[in-house]
Amino acid sequence: MLEIRRLQKTFGPLVAVDDVSFTVEPGQLVGLLGPNGAGKTTTVSIIAGLVTPERGDVLVGGKPMSGDTDPLKRKIGLVPQDLALYDELTARDNLRFFGALFGLSGAALDRAMTSVLTLVGLADRAGERVKAFSGGMKRRLNLAAGLLHDPEILLLDEPTVGVDPQSRNAIFDNLEELKRRGKALLYTTHYMEEAERLADRVVVIDRGKVVADDTLAGLYAGVGEKAGGRVSLESVFLTLTGRSLRD
Amino acid sequence: MGITAFLAMVRKDLLLFLSDRRAVIVAFAVPIAIGSFIGSVTNGAGRSNEPLRIKIALVDLDDSAISRSIVTGAQGDKNLNVTLAGADDARDRVRKGEVTAAVIFPKDFGDGAGRAFFRGALVQKPEMEVLFDPSRAVEVGMVRGILTQHVMESVSRELFSGQSGSRFADEALKNLESSPMPPDRKRLLKEMLTGVQRYYRDSSSASATGGTGGVFSMPYTVREEEVTSGSRVPYNGYAHSFAGMGIQFLLFAALNMGIEMLVERQNGLWRRLRSAPVSRYMLLGARAASTTVISLATLLVSFGFAMIVFRVRIEGSLVGFAMVAVACSMMAATFGLLVAALGRTPGTARGVSTLAVLVMVMLGGAWVPTFLFPKWVQAITVVVPARWAVDGLDATTWRGLGLSSAVFPTLALLAFAALFALITITRFRWEEAN
Repeated sequence: MLEIRRLQKTFGPLVAVDDVSFTVEPGQLVGLLGPNGAGKTTTVSIIAGLVTPERGDVLVGGKPMSGDTDPLKRKIGLVPQDLALYDELTARDNLRFFGALFGLSGAALDRAMTSVLTLVGLADRAGERVKAFSGGMKRRLNLAAGLLHDPEILLLDEPTVGVDPQSRNAIFDNLEELKRRGKALLYTTHYMEEAERLADRVVVIDRGKVVADDTLAGLYAGVGEKAGGRVSLESVFLTLTGRSLRD
Repeated sequence: MGITAFLAMVRKDLLLFLSDRRAVIVAFAVPIAIGSFIGSVTNGAGRSNEPLRIKIALVDLDDSAISRSIVTGAQGDKNLNVTLAGADDARDRVRKGEVTAAVIFPKDFGDGAGRAFFRGALVQKPEMEVLFDPSRAVEVGMVRGILTQHVMESVSRELFSGQSGSRFADEALKNLESSPMPPDRKRLLKEMLTGVQRYYRDSSSASATGGTGGVFSMPYTVREEEVTSGSRVPYNGYAHSFAGMGIQFLLFAALNMGIEMLVERQNGLWRRLRSAPVSRYMLLGARAASTTVISLATLLVSFGFAMIVFRVRIEGSLVGFAMVAVACSMMAATFGLLVAALGRTPGTARGVSTLAVLVMVMLGGAWVPTFLFPKWVQAITVVVPARWAVDGLDATTWRGLGLSSAVFPTLALLAFAALFALITITRFRWEEAN
């Protein structure tokens, strides 16, 4: 469904993404892991069409994506790291606006809004202003806004930052439901336990390069021995990326 | 899909604007309040015929017939509010700002003025001392002009009808022979002074037989007329003040829009907008459209209030007024985009662009008339868009000019809008390192 081929992007002297390639299949959640500044968000930005790579391709259903207005962008939904919502508007007005950006209107938009609000458990709060929402509710609405146009590919950039365990579990349930519906999910996170719970495959990126791309079992088998002791995704991650601070 | 997304973006901006009560108050109520205040303290509606009543102090150290006549004339002048004072007291009152100027007539001022009247450069002229408040230089110029009238009237009246005239003419004749004047001119002056003496003798005998003596006075009277949209249509100062304040706050509304775009970038909203299949031009164009609507509403609400409450009228072309208002709103909208394109952070952009707006409206004549500026400043106002907006709105409101008067300001404002849009397109940061 989503194929990334040899992406390269620099910002001045900084090589943000260097020859990155991987794929995400329908019904699969791929965890994109890496230390701060590794190139995760830039990779997601390129896939979402926010940043133009100097080299490489993003293929959606086998077709290369290009340009701001490429209709293929409708197959992609972005859930940004920030709470990209208008606090002064109601949840319904936020969704109405984001839906319209993807060409939804009228009854189709109403159905889509009802569907995503129900999925994230905010149907009864749709008429309230977002500024009155808790952090967890905002996170769930952030997810709903990315799902509104029913994309086949969902890009989730650290979607659980700063939420309580209840909201996090609710988001996990939503993502598992989306997997069952056959969506292709690319999920970036710093929380290893989230990737262990959700990911079918893990891509580890460091200093702009892919340093591992495998299933959890494959990673444990391949890197686990070097990590020593009890094998976990965190020990594998630290083995692959080192222990030096990156901030 | 394009029009759906475009309209959704415009609708969203309008909803956001209306949801922020403070922004709505700033946009609508504040320009009305300030426009009303400035209009009332400048000229108001139809009150321009009221006398100025400039406060001055007069110090008469001479106490001659001429100086007393000047004081009496000044006291009767409708444009002056005269109080008599001693020299020290007068200076003190000017320093405290209680009077605009103090005028001191020194001892022997009347005699000196009479001699100088007949003999010009051959004698030393008396000095009338004017102490003035430097913060009221414009009023001092008016005081000088008004007093000149009273001095000339008083001196000429005394010389041609009073006791002193004959004496000054005799003195002038006696001193004429020893003066260094060329002989032919000396002869002409002698003939004139002899004629003046004859005039005094005849006037005296006419008085004795019931005739009247001659009195010199200002050889003209003045009929003043305000040149507005038509005869008997008084100048309405609110029209100008609401134009100025309307433009100022319309620019502030646009500036806020630009700042909000920077905040959206910081909040990650811009990433979500960019992930949709809409072009960059549509993202900017929709924002420009919504800001144009908000700016236009700001201007029209302000003028609507002025029309209802202060009887401001579009005395000229209604179409011209609409053209200028729309062009002005478009200019403001693209100015907002420019702020978003050039600004790095909301904080720094707000400071710099607020200064830019204030300078723009000041140089544009929104606060004070541009004729008060130095010539070189007046010259550079042609590159200030607010100046064209004020000119265009003034032309179509109180000046009552036709459509043609709005064409050039409209074109100038559209040219500024195009320039701002071009800079925005070329300088907008679409990609940033995460």
